Amino acid sequence: MSEPKRITTPLTDETVKDLRIGDSVLITGTIYTARDSAHKRLVEALDRGERLPVDFNGQIIYYAGPAPAKPGRPIGSIGPTTSYRMDPYAPKLIANGLKGMIGKGNRNEEVIAAQKKYTAVYFGAIGGAAALGAQSVKKAEIVAYEDLGPEAIRKLEVEDFPAVVVNDAHGGDLYKEGMATYQRS
Amino acid sequence: MRKLDVKEVTAAVRQLCIDANVYLGDDVVKRLKQSLEREESPTGREVLKKILENVDIAKEDQAPLCQDTGYAVFFVELGQDVHFTGGDFSEALNEGVRQGYKDGYLRKSVVSDPIERKNTGDNTPAIVSIDLVPGDRVKIIMAPKGGGSENMSEVKMMAPAAGVEGVKDFVIDKVRRSGANPCPPVVVGVGIGGTFDKCAQIAKKALLREIGSRHPNPFYADLEAELLEKVNKLGIGPQGFGGRTTALAVHVEVHPCHIASFPVAVNMQCHVSRHKEIIL
Ligand code: SF4
Repeated sequence: MSEPKRITTPLTDETVKDLRIGDSVLITGTIYTARDSAHKRLVEALDRGERLPVDFNGQIIYYAGPAPAKPGRPIGSIGPTTSYRMDPYAPKLIANGLKGMIGKGNRNEEVIAAQKKYTAVYFGAIGGAAALGAQSVKKAEIVAYEDLGPEAIRKLEVEDFPAVVVNDAHGGDLYKEGMATYQRS
Repeated sequence: MRKLDVKEVTAAVRQLCIDANVYLGDDVVKRLKQSLEREESPTGREVLKKILENVDIAKEDQAPLCQDTGYAVFFVELGQDVHFTGGDFSEALNEGVRQGYKDGYLRKSVVSDPIERKNTGDNTPAIVSIDLVPGDRVKIIMAPKGGGSENMSEVKMMAPAAGVEGVKDFVIDKVRRSGANPCPPVVVGVGIGGTFDKCAQIAKKALLREIGSRHPNPFYADLEAELLEKVNKLGIGPQGFGGRTTALAVHVEVHPCHIASFPVAVNMQCHVSRHKEIIL
């Protein structure tokens, strides 16, 4: 595996364009968690022409709902949830300035097209390695939709959060390429 | 007749919920290590290393392996000579879930109504299947089931003419289409036969079998080996990033079925293949 690229949030177009499928990255800075219910509310707010509770310009959304934090810890175990459930909402958020998403699993054509058009990147994190995942989260606070419990939007301060570029802004798809490389008949 | 206070059930279930979510079985760890040795993809090896590292950190921190601490699924083998005292068995079991998920800082992932989708706040109700068996003991198996892998599962009512080739095509296609969604490397539970519901249940029970174990019937043992080999030729690899370790195991369970029917179920399980049991 190539040496990981260190990137910081917010992401610029230059940073995003520089990322290619298969790149390992270490992310430092602020990222936001949001899952199904939060996405539904965000997009409904956009449809009504309202301002979002969080400014996602240049930001990364992590599709994740953590386990509760133990006393003295910023967060409980945290890892990615399956991304396709956010596909109906993601293009709209990308069109509104979102630059990155972290999750697991395939995205649909619309999301990939929006990534190309507006220069955004999709990272895969390791599903199920969530006790490890919690170690790169230094701070966490709920910033919106607290009533959603594990699905509330959290602002995370992360340090060297490990992820792999799955869909880059050039239309590349690691899931397809990776499978083609290691397929045997 | 042996009397058993349901308080014992609550205490045992509380601990099972925590232990199942924190400690991965030795059989899974062993297979993950073997896979790491064999994996050809550098990214795949990195992923497997991190998965193994996660197992150690979870143990050390007493933290759940995965943030999705699952739906609380139970298989109970109830000795017919057991007489429960002190209350309602089902309520006592659910109380154990409530306490375990709270005290273990586990995520509550159950909504009370599938359409309204309001979190029940304590991860109840559990899903419990009870088999009545001879004896005066109670065996309780707890298997937290994550949503990501459960969502990639399927039951298909095939035509009997499809035969074993039909089963192979269905299973392999299912794994292929699931891609990275169920957090590979996966364990694949396959149920063949029974009724629509029985088939799904034996597919789930297949996930409880020790990794490395073979089906007692040589025909199905060979089928398991063939399916595992074929699945691992798909190239999906750890987390779908490409590689040779797509599945850790394929387990097949079979049941007699109706002359007109040929149900086949695939229950997908992620590498966090969790289950713990206790005998009371
Ligand atoms: S599929 Fe398994 S490893 Fe992946 S997020 Fe769900 S419970 Fe965790």
